[in-house]
Amino acid sequence: MIYMTFTRGMVSALALVAGVGMAQAKTDIIVGMQLEPPHLDPTGGAAGAIDEVLYANVFEGLTRFGPDGSVNPGLAESWEISEDGTVYTFTLHDGVMFHDGTTMDGEDVKFSLDRARAEDSVNAQKALFAGITDVEVVDPLTVKVTLDAPNGAFLFNLAWGDAVIVAPESIDDIKTNPIGTGAFKFDNWVQGDRIEIGRNPDYWGEPAKLERATFKFISDPTAAFAAVMAEDVHAFLGFPAPENLPQFEADPRFQVLVGSTEGETILSTNNKQAPFDDVRVRKALAHAIDRQAIIDGAMFGYGTPIGTHFAPHHPDYVDLTANTAYDPELAKSLLAEAGFADGFTTTLKLPPPSYARRGGEIIAAQLRAVGIQTEISNLEWAQWLEQVFTGKDFGLTIVSHTEPMDIGIYANPDYYFQYDDADFQNLMEDLTAESDPEARSALLRQAQEKIAEDHVNGYLFQLAALRVANAKIVGLWENMPTQANDLTAVYWED
Amino acid sequence: MLRYVLKRLVSLVISLAVASLVIFLAIEVVPGDPAAYMLGLNAQPDTLAALRDQLGLNGTIPARYLSWIGGMLTGDFGTSYTYRTPVADMIGERMWISLPLALYALSLSTLIAFPAGVWAASRRGSAVDMGVMGVTQLGVAIPNFWFAMLMVLVFAINLRWFSAGGFAGWEQGFLAGMKSLTLPAIALALPQASILTRVMRSSLLDTLSEDFIRTARAKGLTRRQVLWRHALRNAMIPVLTIIGMQFSFLLAGAIIIENVFFLPGLGRLVFQAISARDLIVVESVLMLLVFAVIVVNFAVDVAYAAVDPRLRGRR
Repeated sequence: MIYMTFTRGMVSALALVAGVGMAQAKTDIIVGMQLEPPHLDPTGGAAGAIDEVLYANVFEGLTRFGPDGSVNPGLAESWEISEDGTVYTFTLHDGVMFHDGTTMDGEDVKFSLDRARAEDSVNAQKALFAGITDVEVVDPLTVKVTLDAPNGAFLFNLAWGDAVIVAPESIDDIKTNPIGTGAFKFDNWVQGDRIEIGRNPDYWGEPAKLERATFKFISDPTAAFAAVMAEDVHAFLGFPAPENLPQFEADPRFQVLVGSTEGETILSTNNKQAPFDDVRVRKALAHAIDRQAIIDGAMFGYGTPIGTHFAPHHPDYVDLTANTAYDPELAKSLLAEAGFADGFTTTLKLPPPSYARRGGEIIAAQLRAVGIQTEISNLEWAQWLEQVFTGKDFGLTIVSHTEPMDIGIYANPDYYFQYDDADFQNLMEDLTAESDPEARSALLRQAQEKIAEDHVNGYLFQLAALRVANAKIVGLWENMPTQANDLTAVYWED
Repeated sequence: MLRYVLKRLVSLVISLAVASLVIFLAIEVVPGDPAAYMLGLNAQPDTLAALRDQLGLNGTIPARYLSWIGGMLTGDFGTSYTYRTPVADMIGERMWISLPLALYALSLSTLIAFPAGVWAASRRGSAVDMGVMGVTQLGVAIPNFWFAMLMVLVFAINLRWFSAGGFAGWEQGFLAGMKSLTLPAIALALPQASILTRVMRSSLLDTLSEDFIRTARAKGLTRRQVLWRHALRNAMIPVLTIIGMQFSFLLAGAIIIENVFFLPGLGRLVFQAISARDLIVVESVLMLLVFAVIVVNFAVDVAYAAVDPRLRGRR
């Protein structure tokens, strides 16, 4: 140890000598991420990692999300909505160019939207575009989009990564050579290792502050820790080992950013499978769960308890956690009332993320305390999709729903947890048709209360966005209103 | 000799054909739809169908097997479902890391094991022998990923001599590339070297106790002459077998070490492809590894025949 400290001292002394003359702020950044995008087309795949590299950096949509989740103008500098709410007329920014030098105009917008809603479209969020009946190019800088019915969330939908504007000229190679309009250009992808992007000198808006950014993919949590400690990466976004964060917090070289994501982590319950078709059993489930114990045990304290399927940082969020406070005695009596005084046995199918695997063990213990036995099976994602999501062959599962504003999934009776309630479905129809902000937020509150009252699923916590970065890096988003790592405003402090 | 080689060649081709069938069927029955994996939770049925069509997942199993095998014979390994790039290119790129890493680790392990094994055998029962046996016992027992993490802690985090992982790229120069492979190669080589040392030692000891050695000693050769001229060559057969097995293992079995050092090698490719149900990649890489194992075994068989003339005549 003495030897090591001595050597370390020597090495830092050498580094000091070498560091003289390097006072200028750095203009490049190496960012670690756990998952690598399978390909680079945000409009043709659900993998969050695609957007986490490309959204806002390389690709832009007509509207875009701000760091607080607000919807701001993107490639459309303004828009007008017809009286009846079905026609949106977008005015595009002038002088926007794709990275290959072609201009971005109304034709590209039409192409992108038509491609996303086409019959053979492979857009993972095709439902976002379902209401579009026509896209018309009025002139190169004006596009008119007609909907079959008013849709209060349309501008929000267009801000998704799945709705970015792409060009017909470069679409064939988009999966390996993405050409967008953003402040960064795609440079290089060493598959399995890293993706490099560089500043776009011809950007139409505020240029990026960084010269270059490299995304490096490190899937193993221990390796991620080592890479940050050895300063091989300057920041790690979505840090996979929450147990190590206190160590970074104590180290002046680093800053730890803990924000919120759109990930509602829930104990998903098969509402059509006995005994969960009985609301008393689902209520018992809700009271049997100690949320804070799960957050502490599975996430090392990072995460916000939720009582419904809605993001706590959203202005319309209603905190309903108190209605399902931890009360094992109440849970037991509810079970007895439903005819399960001796409990029952069900399946608990867990996908790979640690929130599910670690959380699952804790939940199993909590349920056992009220008499519910669980048979745990650990599944890979592909198996989970087949058995649970498509096959609906499960009693309970734990999963984080990471899409923003996805309470609408409760209106689909075929969705894997199979909640079929006419009142809720009407509520969602009203919401879609409503564009008055106040009426919308009232409806959203009602919807949250409705699913909480029906105890559709066990609501656990909102997944935290955990980032570690060099203390001198400024401008990283703290929250993740969508799965994105917008680096356009990031820079190094002197 | 030619006849012997031809016979081995025929059995090589048969093994490959059987292996390809087993791999294909085993992978096809694995549950999980690659299209569903790629499109996630909000995908609509028509979108899934469109993607499955694009990926060519709608054909019958025999038709897909034949097109896979046919493609492979002509050097076309198909297109990855998830990455949408030719599988052959992906494997080629990963090979530039996995192959040098395997060779590097194998050289290290051989360079350590040969002298250590010979030394221990020639001084049987001495302190040297005991020391070598103790250290190799430890080397076999220590899990290599743990040893790898320990090295990262010491050499990357504390001393900052190496980066904690990743591959610099051969375009940065040969030395930079080798430097990024050094810690992983040591981690991989340690248990291999330990095994090889022990095999080397015991094989040599067996040979040294045989009659012809006594005869050689009786005709007046020194211990050293006997060791180098007669014993070593005869002790090589089990050692060659182990080296052959180790090479195929190192090529395919570095998955954990590649994860610890986040190296974009073959092992990691297979690992990612399995979880993404990128079946075509899994099948092709497995086939390639089987091919490597079979070819290496073939080479080892031929090498036996070269070392041991008796094998050439055997039916």
